[in-house]
Amino acid sequence: MSFIEIKNLSHAYNEDDHREETIHDLSLSIERGEFVALLGHNGSGKSTLAKLITGILDIQSGQIIADGTDVSKISGEEELFALRRKIGMVFQNPDDQLVATVVEEDIAFGPENLGVEPQEIRRRVRNSLRAVGMLKYARHAPHKLSGGQKQRIAIAGVLAMMPECIIFDEATAMLDPKGRADVMSLISRIHKAGITVVHITHNMNEALAADRVVVINEGRIFLEGTPSYVFSHVDELHSVGLEAPPLTELLHALAAAGYSVPAFSSGVSDTVDVVESLFGK
Amino acid sequence: MIKDITLGQYFPGGSLLHRIDPRMKILVAMLFIIMVFSATTVYTLAAVTVLTFLLPLIGRIPFKTVMKSILPLKWIILIMLILYLFAGAKEGDRILWQWQWHFIHIAFSVEGIAKAVCLSVRIVVLVLSTSVILSYTTSPIALADAIERLLAPLNRIKVPVHDFAMMITIALRFIPILIEETDKIMSAQASRGADFYTGNLVKRSKALIPVFIPLFVSSVRHADELATAMECRCYRGGRGRTRMKKLTYTAVDYAVFALTALLLFAVIIAADHAGGFAYL
Repeated sequence: MSFIEIKNLSHAYNEDDHREETIHDLSLSIERGEFVALLGHNGSGKSTLAKLITGILDIQSGQIIADGTDVSKISGEEELFALRRKIGMVFQNPDDQLVATVVEEDIAFGPENLGVEPQEIRRRVRNSLRAVGMLKYARHAPHKLSGGQKQRIAIAGVLAMMPECIIFDEATAMLDPKGRADVMSLISRIHKAGITVVHITHNMNEALAADRVVVINEGRIFLEGTPSYVFSHVDELHSVGLEAPPLTELLHALAAAGYSVPAFSSGVSDTVDVVESLFGK
Repeated sequence: MIKDITLGQYFPGGSLLHRIDPRMKILVAMLFIIMVFSATTVYTLAAVTVLTFLLPLIGRIPFKTVMKSILPLKWIILIMLILYLFAGAKEGDRILWQWQWHFIHIAFSVEGIAKAVCLSVRIVVLVLSTSVILSYTTSPIALADAIERLLAPLNRIKVPVHDFAMMITIALRFIPILIEETDKIMSAQASRGADFYTGNLVKRSKALIPVFIPLFVSSVRHADELATAMECRCYRGGRGRTRMKKLTYTAVDYAVFALTALLLFAVIIAADHAGGFAYL
């Protein structure tokens, strides 16, 4: 059984009006240890999906089974906390996730809520800070850090709860290019450490790092597969207002101009080779 | 520039005063306040004043920084001085100069002047001692934490002590964010021609309305998102919550408390028996 199983899920913010459903009869499964990128433009329902998985929003119809627990049947606080400990979330605005005025106190917040022993909390805080490369900032005030650094602190705060899966809800959207690159490499490292990663984004380059890309449009799954499969369908992506990564777009333009080129670019050197073989050095 | 603001008046350091348990510091500050009020004679007040001016030295806080907390008191002290200079004379006082017109009677007396000076000193000492013991040498978060733990017994009568402490912490956390946001909104409005700095009070207040409304909206949005993030990190109030930092009283804490208590005792005895001019 998959780590997260979503079956026939529908959700409307206005429950009486089903024409305005944000999520429409969506089914998706996420395997343990997988790195899935959820793509879609604003209002496509991808963030709503994340909030349904972690039980922040109530499930109206359909089913989500996370690590064997039926999320819609969770009634007690303990069960809900067990779910949220297992599946952590990192949000868009780093400022709205940090609770304390000292970095280490903020990272301790999650484990403190779980009732972990002080000594163990200390150990986790150190480990998480080391994992995100912010150990020397342990006693700094969050408001004096950069956006990327704050987001790494927010990630450390989730790591300290020892989750099995982390959902990044547009966690890079508000960062500058440097912060974005730092957070992306951190996400890859987290995935390599065996944690299931769900990365919600509308940055195509970031989706390239994933094992699987799921494109959501108007609450439905529009395209799903490996990055090379999804991004080869450039015309389909355009039809829902999305773009493929720039290099793949370049190849697509070349193909449209009559050149015979592959439909997907996995990286710069790859594309350079293709262009060189076409036009010479 | 706006990012450099410090929260409260905390002056980071590693002095003895910084290291005392924040709970103990609250208790010591209370003893100090009682001490200041017990020093009812000139000699005891002088002793307490000397002691108070030693505190910034112990806490290694620059005297200039400390003076900043006293400076705003100048108006209160001035008003006090004037009131006591004119109305402080009682029968039997040594009158230096007086003037009477119908029921208005103004008199300078030696006792009146002494009283005014003593009371002013007392206010300065009160503010100085508590701000050095608490605000300058304790971080706001440690203070909020200490208040939570000191008031913990109130939990039994259903006072939401933890929630109050959490509110203080979050407020402190969001002060710099909201200041930055205010700055941004004001710049945005100014770039579209808003004028915040000229005109009379009414005009300037009205100019601030387009600043406060977006600020209010964004605060609510921040609150909503923070609440979601806190829920995701399993927050449910104080129940079942442990703390990373355990506060434990050390021998030094007890020694400082004992010393302050001893000084308080000495001041009370001295004020009663050792003579000296009693200004109250």
